Amino acid sequence: MRLLLILLIAFPLGAGARTLDVGRGAYPSIRQAIAAASPGDTVRVGPGTYTEGTLNIDKPLTLLGTGSPRLDGQYRDELIIITGADVQVSGFVFLHSGSSSSRDLASVSIANTHNIRINDNRFEEALFGIHAANSSSLLFQNNYLKGRTRTEQTSGNGIHLWKCSGAVVEHNEIHGHRDGIYLEFVSHSLIRSNTSSDNIRYGIHFMFSDRDLYVGNTFSRNGAGVAVMFSNKVVISRNRFLDNWGASAYGLLLKEISDVLLWDNDFYHNTSALQMEGTNRVVARRNSFRANGWAARVQASCSDNVFEENNFIGNTFDVATNGSLVLNRFDRNYWDKYEGYDRNRDGAGDIPYHPVSLYSMIVEKNPTTLILLRSFMVNLLDKVEKAIPSLTPENLVDEKPLMKPLEL
Amino acid sequence: MIEIQALTKKFRRFTALSDVSLSLAKETVVSLVGPNGSGKTTLIKSILGLVRPDSGRILFDGKSISGDVAYRARIGYMPQIGRYPDHMKIGQIFDMIRNIRTEATQTDNELVTAFGLEEMRGKSMRSLSGGTRQKVSAALAFLFDPPVLILDEPTAGLDPVASELLKDKIAKEKRKGKLVLITSHVLSDLEELTTHVVYLQDGSIRFSGTSAELLHDTGADRLNRGIAHLMMRQDGTQKRSS
Amino acid sequence: MLRITRYVVYDLLRNKVSLAYTLFLFVVSVSLFRMEENGGKAVISLLNIVLTVIPLISIVFATIQWYNSYEFVELMLTQPVGRTRVLLSEYAGISGALSLAFLLGVGIPVLLFQCTAAGLSMLLMGVLLTCAFTSIAFFASIRSRDKARGIGVALMLWFYFALIYDGLVLLLLFAFSDYPLERLTMLLCALNPIDLARIFIMLQIDISALMGYTGAVYKDFFGSAAGIAFTAGILLLWILLPLWGAVRHFRKRDL
Repeated sequence: MRLLLILLIAFPLGAGARTLDVGRGAYPSIRQAIAAASPGDTVRVGPGTYTEGTLNIDKPLTLLGTGSPRLDGQYRDELIIITGADVQVSGFVFLHSGSSSSRDLASVSIANTHNIRINDNRFEEALFGIHAANSSSLLFQNNYLKGRTRTEQTSGNGIHLWKCSGAVVEHNEIHGHRDGIYLEFVSHSLIRSNTSSDNIRYGIHFMFSDRDLYVGNTFSRNGAGVAVMFSNKVVISRNRFLDNWGASAYGLLLKEISDVLLWDNDFYHNTSALQMEGTNRVVARRNSFRANGWAARVQASCSDNVFEENNFIGNTFDVATNGSLVLNRFDRNYWDKYEGYDRNRDGAGDIPYHPVSLYSMIVEKNPTTLILLRSFMVNLLDKVEKAIPSLTPENLVDEKPLMKPLEL
Repeated sequence: MIEIQALTKKFRRFTALSDVSLSLAKETVVSLVGPNGSGKTTLIKSILGLVRPDSGRILFDGKSISGDVAYRARIGYMPQIGRYPDHMKIGQIFDMIRNIRTEATQTDNELVTAFGLEEMRGKSMRSLSGGTRQKVSAALAFLFDPPVLILDEPTAGLDPVASELLKDKIAKEKRKGKLVLITSHVLSDLEELTTHVVYLQDGSIRFSGTSAELLHDTGADRLNRGIAHLMMRQDGTQKRSS
Repeated sequence: MLRITRYVVYDLLRNKVSLAYTLFLFVVSVSLFRMEENGGKAVISLLNIVLTVIPLISIVFATIQWYNSYEFVELMLTQPVGRTRVLLSEYAGISGALSLAFLLGVGIPVLLFQCTAAGLSMLLMGVLLTCAFTSIAFFASIRSRDKARGIGVALMLWFYFALIYDGLVLLLLFAFSDYPLERLTMLLCALNPIDLARIFIMLQIDISALMGYTGAVYKDFFGSAAGIAFTAGILLLWILLPLWGAVRHFRKRDL
């Protein structure tokens, strides 16, 4: 809320500002219009294709495209570099910005500033779409970004933020980049309602970024899913993690992070829906895990994590772990593999459920044995282990497994 | 009609037939006799192609039967113990065989009628007595009017009336110029029909000739006695191996 | 050939065992679909039945039926009918009746409740397994005249393909866990029709898991068009080769 107020106050509206037209008006080029503009003015750009190299904006300015003017970088240049505060760029189509293997060239590059708004633009064939460094109070909204899908090494991120705070990234659609959204050292920010799919590496990738909210985003078919690393105090809620397939693809990878609220998310059809390595105090509540290979892989290095009131339906493996020491709690989840009964009719089964099967531990040790999945022998092994537990972690248990799936 | 040349068959170490050669002509009734285990059934099964001989060959109308199935259309076979699918009814068995033998244009239902099998069409094979099964077997053997009839112990288990009916039928078919090969360990029943006798023991032919020759050789007055004579003659040299 | 097969099938239709088998499959399938709230889980339970019960019933039933139809076979062979034809008719009848029982008992519920790729591939595999294990039953039982011994061998063969074989594969994988064994494992699976069918159906149900780790290797192979052709081809070989062996032996043996 505070963030939104700051944003509203920051953008100057109306009085005293001029509008400079490019195209049929007085200015033959955008560059000239920007140069002529006073702080607070609006430069209005009409339809057409503009190849003006790199435009520098170092003063408060609104750059407004009408009729989708195209800025073409001819694979050489960055298109806009913003170093001034209070800048809005809106309504443009950014084409073919430059690429480099040594520098992070972007269509729109923002550095060392604040109060920047980039909205309703299209970015096509860019190395990086929007690149922001060392800035604050940023609003990236309703942008469509489609990268040139190449290898991980030669492609860039869709929206890239480094050392920023107070950023709102919302309603953007990102495809074909390395990471759809990348955040490093970004705090107090909101990532909301974005769609990030078919990126080479991660749908969203954030590291060393504390006190952030990720709400209502959809991440699908990304090479490695979503990774959240080395951060704490993060809320991840109402997101959808779909169809992330591959040997090292995760719906959501949580690595070395603590104090996470993981609520109301939908994990569907991923190889590993939720991978946790060295996490502390992750509270997973009311998430839906459906048709994943592994619903949750919890490494032995995790502690004090809680899984409560989640649905586990149609997953090949519900929970897998690589150790025997379990310091995490499972409570009142619905497991479709549970075969117990509820005699006192309190909605929870009377016998506890052990979500880690013997076979999942075998596969963990020797992945090649995955070929024996669902064989008579494996079923028999699991049945025997259920009857006389000896190898699976005894205290990894849901004491009150629900009889009916939760309505999520 | 049937030419058997140097036929030898061993079951593991037991020799069932040893160098058997035999020529069977049409318009004869050949009685194949011998004690139990003498190789009669093996010889018959060889002719039918159910047993594969180790060496030697069998010619049917001058053609080797090896690899051939069509010649069986010209053989009517009545097994010693007729075994039929339990679930089927008499009528169904006949229909089935007729259905399979599409090449046969006309059928001979004389025995079917004589044995009253037509009235028993609806009876299931499971419920039949041994005698009735034999009637079915006999009727099936004659059904397609084949030029060769092979009857394994045909009168065993048949009641006297049926036995007489069958004998009349055999005589009639012989007169039509057919070859009838009958096995039996006793001959009394078929004495009057038999024109030739083949005596088999331990897999070898010990006697082969016309009935008259048998009587002449043994000095017996009836075939049965002659056979008994043959058996006793062999007994002196026979080594019991059981 | 069809003329003789007709009588084999007719005989089987009157057999109460085949009727009971159909009913059993139908009742189990329907109750699984009605009991489970999500059809996917019912398919998995059904998969276990298809992979264990179907081969078991097929191999044992076919063995018993072969011995029981001995009289019929003998009767046929005294007629101008070749042995190959009799044997193949018998095979077509038994495998056809078993497949029909499976398609009625499992197929109808699957089509009604779970007409998905997983359900349909399960039906296909069920039919192929039925034919393969009937074929294996013929191969084994033609070698022995003793019914009790034949049934014993059939049970042993089932036990081997359904359980022992996978146990051996597991031991092997652990014994040589330091080596990359994916290719060898795929080859080993081709040598067991149950494994092949299982993997084929798994590609529909557990695709997410199969994309992980070495699973991707399996998915890339078995999931490709070539892999599917490979699976179908090997299963066909599992039908044809034992049957061919049975015919070869049957043509030579004495009755």
